[in-house]
Amino acid sequence: MRYSGFRVIKEALTGHKGWKPVWREPEPKPHYDVIIIGGGGHGLATAHYLSKVYGLRNVAVVEKGWIGGGNVGRNTTIVRSNYLLDGNEPFYEFSLKLWEGLEQDVNYNAMMSQRGIINLFHTDGQRDAYIRRGNAMILNGADAELLDADQVRAEHPYLNFDDARFPIKGGLVQRRAGTARHDAVAWGYARSADLHGVDIIQNCEVTGLRIENGTCLGVETSRGFIGASKVGCAVAGNSGRVMGMAGMRLPIESHVLQAFVSEGLKPVLPSVITFGAGHFYVSQSDKGGLVFGGDIDGYNTYAQRGNLPVVEDVCEGGMALMPMIGRARLLRMWGGVMDMSMDGSPIIDRTPVQGLYFNGGWCYGGFKATPASGYCFAHLLAKDEPHPVATAYRLDRFRTGRMIDEKGAGNQPNLH
Amino acid sequence: MIINHPLLGPRDASEFTYLGDASLIDRPDGMAENAADAFYDYAYLRDNPAGEHQELWYHEAGDRSWLVVTRNTLTHEISKVELARDVARARGRSK
Repeated sequence: MRYSGFRVIKEALTGHKGWKPVWREPEPKPHYDVIIIGGGGHGLATAHYLSKVYGLRNVAVVEKGWIGGGNVGRNTTIVRSNYLLDGNEPFYEFSLKLWEGLEQDVNYNAMMSQRGIINLFHTDGQRDAYIRRGNAMILNGADAELLDADQVRAEHPYLNFDDARFPIKGGLVQRRAGTARHDAVAWGYARSADLHGVDIIQNCEVTGLRIENGTCLGVETSRGFIGASKVGCAVAGNSGRVMGMAGMRLPIESHVLQAFVSEGLKPVLPSVITFGAGHFYVSQSDKGGLVFGGDIDGYNTYAQRGNLPVVEDVCEGGMALMPMIGRARLLRMWGGVMDMSMDGSPIIDRTPVQGLYFNGGWCYGGFKATPASGYCFAHLLAKDEPHPVATAYRLDRFRTGRMIDEKGAGNQPNLH
Repeated sequence: MIINHPLLGPRDASEFTYLGDASLIDRPDGMAENAADAFYDYAYLRDNPAGEHQELWYHEAGDRSWLVVTRNTLTHEISKVELARDVARARGRSK
């Protein structure tokens, strides 16, 4: 069933009796060409592109809970491509272009809203760094625009411009950035993959990987063994656990990132805003809540909740940037488990085990990467070679010295 | 989280800085034949367990001691806190 305005009108006139569940609940087959572990944004996007672009139909996504219940259901929905390094920027710009066509591609309303992002700077040094970043973005086909303080004031008059310590000197803007409805992204990809023949198997936890003579033959699950020619792992915060089943240690630590939503307010924020003097970023959802967050808590954890010192730090950042936020009441807060890599950049690659592929290390930036991550992982699974925009995301880059370290923080995951 | 410091008693975790897995105490021998591989393992690869985890915390806003904290990464429950120097000496490190 295709969704369209005509369809909505027709259903409205016939009592909404024609809507059907948007994906099947199939029993697992004994064998698939490709099994994707993890029914999150990246896994479902991989299934969509594998089936639609690369023509593989005998594909399954296995998910231990319900699809979209992990990080794709608990992020701050920001979509952007404002990276600096050559290994990253072409990939994220590819992702942003896919975002721009996503709703037509999957025929699902993902509420993609290109409301823009502004990264504020507060010192001359920061301005120079943002000019360099903006130039890198433009060189890679993305859009970037530098605003001075007066131009920022015209767009965001409510910010704390004349703070004694961190006055706002200007900002780097990407107009094509924005937000998307995170759950709808997972559902849209799932529906499209299902329509292309992919089996989405929920409540099916992978408990082991069957590996013989260095080749992965399939996955052991809570619903029995499922064979596969290729197995792709896209499980974000649980990467260490799943790849541990193959005896692998990863250049990844799992950390918690907290996020917050205020009560619903009238429209006040026209775009996504990031504070340059502390770790704080904020946007306003279409329901009116201010959606904001800051740093990761900074210690290894698999608990989807954080601690109070970071809550305090985030709220202080908010008050320093836009004091009006102090009048809003906090409605909800939550945590998600991040697969923090050793250089802050992701991995999409083969593994030493034949037939086992890995997609992870997305740190706290996985949501914006969802379409390109799925596309490039599908490319790797279908063709056994990396997609041209993802050639830098090698698993062995720490051994060969080809790190992609945007922050220059080194092998300290809680600093990325 | 409250870390029960062996010398100072219970202290708030916000006084501490987190480094990572306590295996970072076991720095490989840089003169060994396999030093490059050993340092790759040491610097970049992690067990990243879901459950009990031994980890290094630095009491930066306190007495500046390094601690080895045994903490459950699923519940945040801390079961043991030791001075890192005691742990290192017990593992045969001289300095």
